Amino acid sequence: MLAFILRRLLQSVGVLLAVGLIAFAMFRFAGDPVNQLVAPDTPYAERLQIRQSLGLDDPVLVQFARYAGNAVRGQFGNSYQFRQPVSTLLAERMPATLELALCATLFALTAGILMGVYSALHRHSAAAKLLQAISLIGVSLPTFLIGILLIFLFSVTLGWLPSYGRGDTVRIGWWTTGFLTVSGWKALILPSITLGLFQMTLIMRLVRAEMLEVLRTDYIRFARARGLTTRSIHFGHALKNTLVPVITVAGLQLGSIIAFSIITETVFQWPGMGLLFVQAVQNVDVPIMAAYLLLVALIFVSINLAVDLLYTIVDPRLRLSVRRAA
Amino acid sequence: MSPVKFRPLLACLAAATALAAGLSAAPASAANTFRFAFQGDLKSLDPYTLKETFTIAAHGAVYESLVTRDKDLKLVPGLAESWETPEPTRYRFRLRKNVKFHDGTPFTADDVIFSAERVRAPGSNFQTNVPADATFVKVDDHTVDMVLKNPNPIALYQFGGWYIMSKAWAEKHDALKPTPVSASTPSYAALHENGTGPFTITEHQPGVRTVFKKFDGYWGKVESNIDEAIFTTIGNDATRVAALLSGEVDWVDPVPLQDQSRVSSSANAVVVNAPELRTIYLGMDQTSDELRGSNVKGKNPFKDVRVREAFFRAIDEDAIVKRVMRGQATPAALLIAPPLFPLAGEFKRPAYDPNKAKALLAEAGYPNGFEVPLDCPNDRYVNDEAICQAITSMLARVGVKVNLIAQPKAKYFAKILKPAYDTSFYLLGWTPSSMDSHNILYEITGCRNDKSSPRGTTNLGNYCNPKVDALADKIERETDQEARNLMIKQAYDIVMADWGYIPLHQQALAWGVSKKVKLVPRADNQMMLYWVSKEQ
Repeated sequence: MLAFILRRLLQSVGVLLAVGLIAFAMFRFAGDPVNQLVAPDTPYAERLQIRQSLGLDDPVLVQFARYAGNAVRGQFGNSYQFRQPVSTLLAERMPATLELALCATLFALTAGILMGVYSALHRHSAAAKLLQAISLIGVSLPTFLIGILLIFLFSVTLGWLPSYGRGDTVRIGWWTTGFLTVSGWKALILPSITLGLFQMTLIMRLVRAEMLEVLRTDYIRFARARGLTTRSIHFGHALKNTLVPVITVAGLQLGSIIAFSIITETVFQWPGMGLLFVQAVQNVDVPIMAAYLLLVALIFVSINLAVDLLYTIVDPRLRLSVRRAA
Repeated sequence: MSPVKFRPLLACLAAATALAAGLSAAPASAANTFRFAFQGDLKSLDPYTLKETFTIAAHGAVYESLVTRDKDLKLVPGLAESWETPEPTRYRFRLRKNVKFHDGTPFTADDVIFSAERVRAPGSNFQTNVPADATFVKVDDHTVDMVLKNPNPIALYQFGGWYIMSKAWAEKHDALKPTPVSASTPSYAALHENGTGPFTITEHQPGVRTVFKKFDGYWGKVESNIDEAIFTTIGNDATRVAALLSGEVDWVDPVPLQDQSRVSSSANAVVVNAPELRTIYLGMDQTSDELRGSNVKGKNPFKDVRVREAFFRAIDEDAIVKRVMRGQATPAALLIAPPLFPLAGEFKRPAYDPNKAKALLAEAGYPNGFEVPLDCPNDRYVNDEAICQAITSMLARVGVKVNLIAQPKAKYFAKILKPAYDTSFYLLGWTPSSMDSHNILYEITGCRNDKSSPRGTTNLGNYCNPKVDALADKIERETDQEARNLMIKQAYDIVMADWGYIPLHQQALAWGVSKKVKLVPRADNQMMLYWVSKEQ
């Protein structure tokens, strides 16, 4: 078992290194950062000097070695644009992204499970068919379009909710939160729906399919025969057994919610890490881009690692094969 | 199963809706707050870090300059009450008394001398705003002399972007040196301000939000009735427009062309258009022996003045303004915007004439045209790529096959600017930062032949005429305004006769402004907070 974990850990490190190298090499083609930093009539000598002080004249391999060396020590360099350590910038933006991801996941879970259960229990009703149709829209419309539509409806036409930003935030230590203010809550609604919609559809369809499956099983039939109430059968017995795969999927999706919040954050000008990344791409701010990609890779790698380990704990058959392999 | 079960969900939804509606009815705060959003960030509060229009304007709310520009861009007194030139190489500034910095320290001649040194120190992006050869001499606490080596009629022209900082404050916070764009740590001055202006900055989160508050100790009278102004970046075009339409922000820049009519027909906001100073133009490589990416080998068609004229004649600028720019541009005859040159009215744009263009090409030995790539940015100027596409099809009509290379500015500028100069034919926009023709005659039309001189750094195609250079040198020193204007006219006449460049148009600034707000659209695209008033 220990050997298995060690091997998986080593693999994870390899993945991170590869991501770092590929990302770093690609950014060399993103353009020239210096021209993004200065005015158009900045003298050439000044540009040269900036280029040198940023270390852009060194060969790519030297730059990467320097970068990787720093990264291992937890230093990701300074943003060209903001002149601040990238780690500080990411840490400042992280609460926004995490709170948004959390709300989006909660929304996806609650709405997805409710809608899934409903459409499984009343699968021939008009409402269930409507929900199915809505869920199709949810998967097929691109995120930015959904965001813009929501903004148009709830901000421009109805004037209920803000179209951008995080509202007022409260600082608790190094963490800023929008959970403690009214405007913070209002600002969370539209982006959470936009970001969570795809996952919600996924969960709804999963719950519906699983629930239908479970409802056909023998123990439900026996439960009915024993004269239990419908409510207790549906929610006490059926739903509980439906939720196992749902939780697995939701856990796995959390990584992608964080990583793919880029689009939602751009549409809603949500001051999180994804927006920081998009701005960095436009300005060729290589240190931010590299650190963000590494962070996302780290999130995915850790989640996958955790899932792998959990599976071996949960499923005895896997444990056996692991032992044999080791 | 009865539908009764679904009721709690519905009730929940109804409650949420009611809650949202109730929340939005909450009263606005009592202070008069002006909210504004720009597509880019306010990256540094150090006024010498970045010479960029929006940044300069935002800093202008908290910092002030000796000489400033009024609503028509005329030079007017700022922190200097008045100035005179007792001799051609000496400017004497009489400084305003009773001016206080935001931290309470009084403003004196020492601060001017300190700022003059700081702005020209390495790392400042504003080095050219103060003449390099100038020395500043303190006469008394409220009088400063600027002594020059040569007479310089435009010495004051760029003072508007040179804001005065407090010496004592900089010493106290270890901010004596300007924060360079390549700085690895944020200096105190990059995150805090201490100006003399009508507003102070109370909160600054780089890239997210900046809060301005009225400064009660301001020396002058302020037109604005704003107590507080909140700046946010909104990068996404659609979101920016939505925020304006929903009344969440009072000013946005820019409003994309395709959204302008929608904004103007809305209940809350209008689009304010005014001609901008930037001139969009095309340049051609006129010195290489062979064009890059052309099918003409062994020679350079652009060396032939007839080919350059043919290109000029083949472009229907009126159609570009009408179709591509939707009327939000003014055709240009010169490389300088008319408000910046009194004799601009004497120049006419040569007429669109595709037949003559064809004849000229045939005369020059290209009866069937030739092939040339056109370098073009796609995220820098208003509809830049669409302009280039239009030009491509217009040139196709006279037989020239243009291969359009459109790319993001980050790649574009690396390709075409010094040192690569990797372009045969390109589109660029230019605003002379001095607001004077000399800048153009030096940077854009100046010969690049002398490698040791920065002359012509932005003359990417190396258009070269020694007569223009000779005139530019005289224009730099001539203090007689009329004679100087005549020389400038002469220089532009030569450039036009050479068909050295193809000016296209001045794009229009496009601000989205709430109907509750009154402000001043200045042609340099700077929105000054102290001219903003808002109905509550």
